[in-house]
Amino acid sequence: MTPLAALLVRDMRIAVRVGGGALIGVLFFLLVVTLVPLAIGPDLALLKRIGPAILWLAALLSSLLALDRLFAMDHEDGSLDLILMSRGPLELVVLTKGVAHWLTTGLPLIICSPLLGLLLNLDGPAEAALVLTLLAGTPALTLIGLIGAAISVALRRGSLLLAVVVLPLTVPTLIFGIAAANAAVAGPVPFGTPFTILCALTLVSLVVGPFAAAAVLRQEME
Amino acid sequence: MRLTASDLACRRGGRQVFSGVSFFVASGELLTISGRNGAGKSSLLRVVVGLVRLAHGSLAVEGGDPELTIGEQAHYLGHQDALKPSLSVGENLHFWSRFLGAGPVGLAEPLAAVGLEALADLPAAYLSAGQRRRLSIARLLAVKRPIWLLDEPTSTLDAAAQQGLTELMRTHLAAGGLILAASHGSIGLDGARELQLGDTP
Repeated sequence: MTPLAALLVRDMRIAVRVGGGALIGVLFFLLVVTLVPLAIGPDLALLKRIGPAILWLAALLSSLLALDRLFAMDHEDGSLDLILMSRGPLELVVLTKGVAHWLTTGLPLIICSPLLGLLLNLDGPAEAALVLTLLAGTPALTLIGLIGAAISVALRRGSLLLAVVVLPLTVPTLIFGIAAANAAVAGPVPFGTPFTILCALTLVSLVVGPFAAAAVLRQEME
Repeated sequence: MRLTASDLACRRGGRQVFSGVSFFVASGELLTISGRNGAGKSSLLRVVVGLVRLAHGSLAVEGGDPELTIGEQAHYLGHQDALKPSLSVGENLHFWSRFLGAGPVGLAEPLAAVGLEALADLPAAYLSAGQRRRLSIARLLAVKRPIWLLDEPTSTLDAAAQQGLTELMRTHLAAGGLILAASHGSIGLDGARELQLGDTP
């Protein structure tokens, strides 16, 4: 087993066991999406129109939930010291932790989203488009979140700083994700246009996120 | 193999922790770092590993892998144990041995050497402080690296475990490794040189 594979397996194991982040992210997602139709009332047309936006927003906030512990946990128990002493690029280690986070937080959200789309009165094509946009866009949320997680490493209550740093950077992903989901159902713009921009944003964050987060971690271990 | 440090200085939090520190350690040698609390023993070890920036001075290692930094050829046993509470003893050790590049080595031997083989499936959350320390020491045995940097290694260990650690250190030195250990008391190995921190300006 290679070092990065071992790290991936370890992070996923921790996330799915009691006290890890996986269950909390999905439960939060379920809660938020369940509360919205209760809050708005039985206005089915309105729910259908804002459905994709609500699901995207809930996915964003759920991803954020498990992010602030990503590096802080390793920093607190001394694992980060040893990780910084390993023979291999820190960028790949950071990316591996991001992948583990997405697999345990983002992917369960995507699997639950069709079911929750029913609560928001979304029909078949709308749900299919939504799942595709979440699939393409939630990795960007995790990868950009890595930067915030690295910045808040040494802070005990870093979640607020994390949110302040990460949320503005995720706005383009949010906008294009919702635009693509809506474009598939209504609107003159074809689905492909905002969707390819969404994919491009994810690819950019695939490069920027790990490099920036690794640079921050190196700077902070002082 | 030889680790040489010349005129090291370190600043943390705006304070000069130590300056003008020079030493060398060769294969088969143990250098004990002593000094009062706050003299900078832990900081010195972290500087050697590369976790803290050097304010002044230089570090060099001869005879090791020229492609690797000191930290990449060393084991660091700090105050914290780097254990995940939700993983079992065996899973923790398995992760570190794979992550630090050990290759397909069995874990039974390192666990037996520190006396934890019976607890291999116990979640690490249930270990006592001494057992956690011993599991960290097992990490040093599972992955072979020539340089050991130990920060107060005997701090939570009982007398039997301290004896065990001394034996493991003796074996490591006999195999050509070198050890830099920060300690209040004596480690129990003869022939160890001592570096006193805190009496240099």
